[in-house]
Amino acid sequence: MEALNYRDDTVLTMKDITKIYSNGFVANKDITFSVRKGEIHGLMGENGAGKTTLMKVLFGLEKPEKGQIILNGQEVHIDNPLHALEYGIGMVHQHFMLVGSLTVAENMVLGLEPKKGLLFDYKRAVKETEEIAERFNLPIDASAIVNDISVGMKQRLEILKILYRGAKILLLDEPTAVLTPQETSELFVQLKNLRDQGYTIVFISHKLGEVKELCDRITVLRKGEVVGTADVDELTELDISRMMVGKDVDLNIAKKEADPGETILRVRDLNYTNQFGKKALNNLSFDLRRGEILGVAGVEGNGQTELSEILSGLLRPDSGEVSIKGKSIIDMSIRDIRLTNTSLVHEDRMIYGASEEQSIIENIIADRYFQKGYSNNSILNKKNNYEETTALIEEYQIACDGPEAAISTLSGGNIQKVVAAREFSSDPELIILSQPTRGIDVGAAELIREKMVSLRDRLGTAILLFSADLTELLTMSDGIIVLYNGEIVAYFPEVKKINEEILGKYMLGLEKQSPEEIGGVIHDK
Amino acid sequence: MSDLFSLIFTADFLGSVIRMSTPILFVALAALVGSKADVLCIAYEGIMLFAAFGGVVGSAYTGTIAGGLFLGLLLGMLLIGIFAYFVLYLHTKPLLIGLALNILGSAGTVFGLYMLTGSKANSTKLGSLTFPELHIPLIKDIPVLGTVLSGHNVLTYVAFLSIILVQVFIYKTGLGLRIRAVGESPKAASSLGIDVNKTKFIALLISGVLASLGGIFLSMAYLPYFTRDMTAGRGFIGIAAQSLGAGKPILTGIWILIFGFADAIGNLAQSFRLPSQFAQMAPYLTTLIGLVLINIPRDKKKTDNPL
Repeated sequence: MEALNYRDDTVLTMKDITKIYSNGFVANKDITFSVRKGEIHGLMGENGAGKTTLMKVLFGLEKPEKGQIILNGQEVHIDNPLHALEYGIGMVHQHFMLVGSLTVAENMVLGLEPKKGLLFDYKRAVKETEEIAERFNLPIDASAIVNDISVGMKQRLEILKILYRGAKILLLDEPTAVLTPQETSELFVQLKNLRDQGYTIVFISHKLGEVKELCDRITVLRKGEVVGTADVDELTELDISRMMVGKDVDLNIAKKEADPGETILRVRDLNYTNQFGKKALNNLSFDLRRGEILGVAGVEGNGQTELSEILSGLLRPDSGEVSIKGKSIIDMSIRDIRLTNTSLVHEDRMIYGASEEQSIIENIIADRYFQKGYSNNSILNKKNNYEETTALIEEYQIACDGPEAAISTLSGGNIQKVVAAREFSSDPELIILSQPTRGIDVGAAELIREKMVSLRDRLGTAILLFSADLTELLTMSDGIIVLYNGEIVAYFPEVKKINEEILGKYMLGLEKQSPEEIGGVIHDK
Repeated sequence: MSDLFSLIFTADFLGSVIRMSTPILFVALAALVGSKADVLCIAYEGIMLFAAFGGVVGSAYTGTIAGGLFLGLLLGMLLIGIFAYFVLYLHTKPLLIGLALNILGSAGTVFGLYMLTGSKANSTKLGSLTFPELHIPLIKDIPVLGTVLSGHNVLTYVAFLSIILVQVFIYKTGLGLRIRAVGESPKAASSLGIDVNKTKFIALLISGVLASLGGIFLSMAYLPYFTRDMTAGRGFIGIAAQSLGAGKPILTGIWILIFGFADAIGNLAQSFRLPSQFAQMAPYLTTLIGLVLINIPRDKKKTDNPL
């Protein structure tokens, strides 16, 4: 592991970058990161490690609280993407920035349209597109409509677009996430070609194999900080996995042994194909028992989101069986699923968790306003709702101006406490809990964790915990399953016997358990 | 009734369908430009009224058609400029500002009319001018076809010519390309340095010119004077024609002719003993039926996603 040394071929350095979001979340903390001319530099880290934020700072999409950007030895200020492009820095976003109904050539020249008199010279746009495609050996059909071309082609168009605008440094944010394996290997050949022509590429990824294959050097981030920078050849996949996963101080949570009861949630042969035609869930089977916290580990994008949304009724699976307390929920409405005493904390807090402009009261009663006591003869019972919310605010230590305060006036941690207060206070028998402590302060996270344990012990609640925070998973869970490529690749019934490093190997696909071991998570034979 | 049918299938009647289609065509083109920029402007009623009133006043006081055209366009553009500013820069809901401007259009023109003429009904006292009719050589001498196609007001020909102009503008110019880009994918456009709001503003101003011409047609061609609320919902019917046409020029054209036909029938039926309310209902009833027909198949395509 080398120290950051400034060499002649260093083309870009980001120095002491600190980015704090308005909710207090520190996404980047004193990050120093530099790339050399003509290299493919892998920027690695788990989800939430701060990779995308760092690149957004570089591309002028986020303003850092602190730090410098030094390009070719001179400090530059990049306030917006156009600035970045002027400096020769181009970014290919995870979500394509293309206009679907226009042709490839039209997307290519948009904003810099060639003119012929008053009219747009479409023929020249096509010609210029073909020329640049040929120059970089990235063939593309210039007159095809973007909606009709493959995902791989769309990505190629995005790369060509920034090359057309003169970019010398290309930032690619998880470019392989939407590609098939064939498209991925094709992309790698093209990126290596570009490198050999002197272009510099920053490749954001959390896939070990890809980084090993493609990159010259890597920088690993963890929780907003740099873990290290090294030549890829010096590292084994295991080294990188260790750097990414790391080990943090233990969480201080008092928790006794679980005493699991009968099966509450039963999942069999679950399959789901996502919008890109990728199999997001592949024959998933497991059981979750009363009084048990089952952790789900996995690098983001390996099926966790789809699984949690199917279990809560937001998505319908292609095939398979899901039942709660013996009743199939596949055809149930979301309210019917909730009425089986199931709670959901969605990973997307501001879309599915809380309604920003409504008050705390209104958010708390959102799942129960129709029940007796909360409304009588369709008229809301204001007094009861006010009192219950006040009690919950106290119990969950929600910092606010009172029960009538709008959610938008609260900090991220307190918003999550409101969500938890609603979902935990309905005496649930099953909770689907996704990223419950992501991006929130330590105090709020601790409170939510304590409540989880108390629900498990007091009511025998079965909890399915999805978390990217491995320390949290290892501390909170009684058993853990690991998802990789939409499959369960490991089941650990005794969490005490494992650590982050072991989990990391399975999460990154380096190892897989035998079907018998994985089958251990099916208790209902 | 048989008299009615025998009247419908005459060259005169077909000519009147074309005449009645003119203002709707202008608004539909205006709405088309707006929809390409993804802004639904519902203020065309108010814009047309302002333009119609401006045309009458301008031509009466300057004694020239050009003066009428100028003032008409100016007032129409003023209104859509206000609309655009509120929607794009102050983030007002388009529906609210559109409603406000329509009310302003209706009441404001009556107020202006009363100030200038003392009448709240029409502007006959002003003695405004009208655009001339155009008799096309050769075509005018062909039987039937000559009656249908020739002898219309200049603005009618401008309207039909505008179909081609708008087509070229949207699909063959750089600005048209940008308008389509900001309308469909503002993020993609702004990531390439295109000023999304500015582009939409320009699109709306162009839309305003077209709608204003529709208003000017009403008071300087269709009738030789301004009457209160003379748009009679054509600002909305034009939007309906555009949305029923789903962005397809020919389909939009067919709907415009259907509405023009319904309008012409309405006029015709008034000269018979049919209750005039029935006749006047025709264009609105057509709109309603059209919207129902076009939306039934659309609804079925929706997925069963509970959200």
